[in-house]
Amino acid sequence: MTSFTTIVPTMTAAFLGSFVEVVEAFTIILAVGISRSWRPAFIGTGLALLVLAALIVILGPLLGMIPIELLQFVIGTLLILFGMRWLRKAVLRASGFIALHDEAEAFAKETDQLKRQAAERRADFIAGTAAFKAVLLEGIEVVFIVIAVGAGRGMLGYATLGAAIACLLVLIVGLVVHKPLSQVPENTLKFVVGLLLTAFGVFWTGEGLGADWPGADLSLIAILAVLAIFSVVAVRMLRGYHSANIKAVA
Amino acid sequence: MNILRTALQELIGMFIDDGALALWSILLIGVIAAAVEFAGLPGFAGGIMLLAGCILILAESTYRAARKKSPWTTPE
Repeated sequence: MTSFTTIVPTMTAAFLGSFVEVVEAFTIILAVGISRSWRPAFIGTGLALLVLAALIVILGPLLGMIPIELLQFVIGTLLILFGMRWLRKAVLRASGFIALHDEAEAFAKETDQLKRQAAERRADFIAGTAAFKAVLLEGIEVVFIVIAVGAGRGMLGYATLGAAIACLLVLIVGLVVHKPLSQVPENTLKFVVGLLLTAFGVFWTGEGLGADWPGADLSLIAILAVLAIFSVVAVRMLRGYHSANIKAVA
Repeated sequence: MNILRTALQELIGMFIDDGALALWSILLIGVIAAAVEFAGLPGFAGGIMLLAGCILILAESTYRAARKKSPWTTPE
């Protein structure tokens, strides 16, 4: 059964998760297009999108053949691993233990590398491969996020819509500003996505185990709140630990 | 082939960053699933234990990473 309380978190998770991945892929495509030429950028992107489409065509029908409880359990388990990885990094970033992700820096690094390879005979191929790899790898994550948050309750349509809006938005904004989207609060978004994916993971795995969550889908919001409180406390404690360390070393 | 290898590594890396975190998470899920299936643990209790376990694992993993990156920790 689909309800508003499930549709909103599903679309939000798919939208935000896809948004940060597409922003990262966009940075590389832009670096290829500006530092080399748009031809390899578009060919690489197009080929990667074809591979992703093939993946969806192959994997999509398989999902329908798996019993829903098993699907929820398996996807929930993968989501817990995937979401906790994001959340762990987000907590460490927010507390200062690992560097914040910076699109401008990623753009400069990729541009610099492509310029150094510009003299090579296969420079176009290298540039196209860079775009292909970026779109394929970030795209695989988008496909996983869409399947993971959408398949557990038969809401692939809503999840796909969330991801499609994210792609469209990045594309439009990217075309307008024509530079890396470094103004996007990517680290905060990643924190929220980590929380959402972990909450979905616990919820689906619980459902797969036969948990009759009180309030049904509303439990997802309660799980999200518990995880958010933990994360905020963890960030505060680690920030204190970080500054104490710096003072002690200084 | 290089691209395929990178894609495969990235695919694994999507789920496994800190090996201990992944291992403990899988163990936690396995133990709770077994308790629900064979020891009659109610599903809801299993769900709550799962949430609590995930938080503990995450707390341990972030604290361990912070200690490793802290300037006064002796490198192992």
